[in-house]
Amino acid sequence: MNTDPESTAPVSVDALYAEADDWHVNAGGQTIHAKRIPGRWRTIKWAMASVWLIYLLGPYLRWDDRQAVLFDIPNRQYHLFSVTVLPQDFWMLSLLLLFFAILLAVMTALVGRVWCGFFCFQTVWTDVFTWIEERLEGPPAARRKLDAAPMSREKLKLRAIKHGLWLLIGFLTGFSFVAWFTDAPTLWWTFFTGQANGAAYVTVALFTAGTYVLAGFLREQTCFWLCPYARIQGVMLDRSTIVPTYDERRGEPRGRVKREDEGERTTGDCVDCNQCVAVCPTGVDIRRGQQEGCITCALCLDACDQVMDKVGRPRGLIRYASLDELEGRRTSPLWLRPRVWVYVLILGLSLSGILYGLTSLDPLELRVLHERAPLFVLQSDGSIQNKYTLKILNKTHEPLAVTIRATGHESLTLAGAEQPIATAPGGVTPATVFVRIPRQALEAEQQPIVFRIEAERTTGEPAVTERESVFVGPRPRSD
Amino acid sequence: MADHNPFPGENNTGHVWDDNIRELKNPPPRWWMQGFWLSILWVIGYSILYPTWPVGDEPTPGVLGWSQIKEYEQGVERIEAKRAQFEDRIRDMTADQILADPGLKQYTLASAKVLFGDNCAACHGSGGQGNPGYPVLADDDWLYGGTTAKLTETITGGRQSLMPAHKTMLTEPEVDTLAHWAVAMAETGGEGGSEAGWNLFRTKGCVACHGQTANGHVVDLPNGDFIGVGAANLRDGIWRFEPGGYESARHTILYGVNQKDAPESRSAVMPAFAEPAGKLSAQDIKKLVVYVHSLGGGM
Repeated sequence: MNTDPESTAPVSVDALYAEADDWHVNAGGQTIHAKRIPGRWRTIKWAMASVWLIYLLGPYLRWDDRQAVLFDIPNRQYHLFSVTVLPQDFWMLSLLLLFFAILLAVMTALVGRVWCGFFCFQTVWTDVFTWIEERLEGPPAARRKLDAAPMSREKLKLRAIKHGLWLLIGFLTGFSFVAWFTDAPTLWWTFFTGQANGAAYVTVALFTAGTYVLAGFLREQTCFWLCPYARIQGVMLDRSTIVPTYDERRGEPRGRVKREDEGERTTGDCVDCNQCVAVCPTGVDIRRGQQEGCITCALCLDACDQVMDKVGRPRGLIRYASLDELEGRRTSPLWLRPRVWVYVLILGLSLSGILYGLTSLDPLELRVLHERAPLFVLQSDGSIQNKYTLKILNKTHEPLAVTIRATGHESLTLAGAEQPIATAPGGVTPATVFVRIPRQALEAEQQPIVFRIEAERTTGEPAVTERESVFVGPRPRSD
Repeated sequence: MADHNPFPGENNTGHVWDDNIRELKNPPPRWWMQGFWLSILWVIGYSILYPTWPVGDEPTPGVLGWSQIKEYEQGVERIEAKRAQFEDRIRDMTADQILADPGLKQYTLASAKVLFGDNCAACHGSGGQGNPGYPVLADDDWLYGGTTAKLTETITGGRQSLMPAHKTMLTEPEVDTLAHWAVAMAETGGEGGSEAGWNLFRTKGCVACHGQTANGHVVDLPNGDFIGVGAANLRDGIWRFEPGGYESARHTILYGVNQKDAPESRSAVMPAFAEPAGKLSAQDIKKLVVYVHSLGGGM
């Protein structure tokens, strides 16, 4: 360790960091107060955000005397309107996850981070929170002033109302989440009389705190430092992806508007008004190109178009454009891009898988477990007996009397299934049955047999399902 | 070190590397310090509520009185309470009534599976598939009967059959004839068997135990039940002593079963399982009867 002050290197390292002036990182130290202006994209943004009303209002939809969509975890049943999905059919969930994962990828590849800018709950909730903030505290300049001002009665009042409203929205967010998992009107009653499940209180508390902190305070910091999707978006974009882009060739060199003839103008179309930065909810400057902070919400497009209108220059200095388009390359339409077709194929396959699953849910399901100890038993009448445990799953809402049959060998007799088995709705009923085949009639050590279960529903509709199993016997005599 | 501090007034530790990298004495962030003090408070609170400090052989009990063994005992109590409703019903019902009640039968089978594994599986196999010298419980060939009453009797008191050794009673050709006759009986389901064999069977006293028709029943009762002494049914293809066939039959005829003075004698003893000789309660035996009856051959 050298502690001699004289040996401090005389070389100035400042030059190394010349570019760092350009690199501004807001690690949460400053609050971004974005300007709100009306416009085409602003309207689209609100329209897209309103999709989330389903999340808040959905639990109150009714269907057949119950909640239309209900994830009933205690009873392990998932009601989607007229369809009830039991855990056994959860393979559809993997297709659903595949569908949405690919949808996210395909949307990003085609039109950039539209999820981030228009749909993401972080974006939408932050937008609502800052809208409330603006209603209460005024435009960005007033808000900055209020932030800096010492605490006063007036400031305290505004802050109390704001935080109260934020917490209320956070609470509704959490409450709506819980309402998807239990009967919503009942929840309103039990929740406030202290009779709801402990998990409901914990979940609502976590959601309230999470919403309040993430949308109220962390805001764009979540996109920068917490969200993993923001980090992987780069690999999904390509040269043909259209994203909000500043047309550098048209805009540069930027300069203030001067009183001069259009023909003599030496500057580009950008008037350096910084409106695009002022309206950006993540505080980035789109004129520096595609960057991590850009959530492609397109609010800068509104701002720039309005300014262009004012100064009498054509719109679209900042617009949705691909890199190819900006560089003057040939752009190919969507249907000529193989990538689109691959995505569409995967989306189509997963979607048709889900549709097939939802439309072909059997009311009964059968599993057959062949007894292994012993594999077979010689009976005193000379027949070979195999033991099977049948697990009958009744996926309907009514008790069913299930009849068991077995086929696969002409000399086969089935024992233990003389009476129909009573099955409870939504539950698995085990049944032990024995199949006997005379030893002389056995041609092979193993042979397939088919169990078939039948029941009649109250509607008169038959419910039938089959399952193949195996009948094991001794090696047939060679003589 | 402070004497060598090249950056006085900067609140650094005086540690400098590469001439200009130095360690500052900035306080940690406030939230971090709050977490630090809160965690100390947590430890104090925890040690008051729960067993913590070792004093002698035991830790301090804590004001909540919680202990791992108590939690375990409460868990066992909860399970027992859940089982109690089933156990109470089993206590008041016969094995036949349990077999007729699908829900109770399922419970009984599940709980008797453990009993079977602990007490029966060593000889009779995990699924009742039997072992050399030990009968298969999954078939319907019962030396003493396969009704619930007979099964209860068997498990409660055990079984020990006897067959005399015929080495000195029969001549070598007679043994040979009888053994061949038994093999033919097994292969034909009781329809075959030489006339000479049948004659020996009837005249040499075999019928006393194996029955007039050689089905192992001393007396067949009109209700389908039978009176027997545990003699094998010679009319089916199931052999009491593995592997079966001529050599097996000859060996059994020559040396008998459970003959103390014949070392080569077949051994066939099932101990009594009822208390006090055995270790099973009447409740356990009732469950096992249901279990064995359901293995595949209950009558």
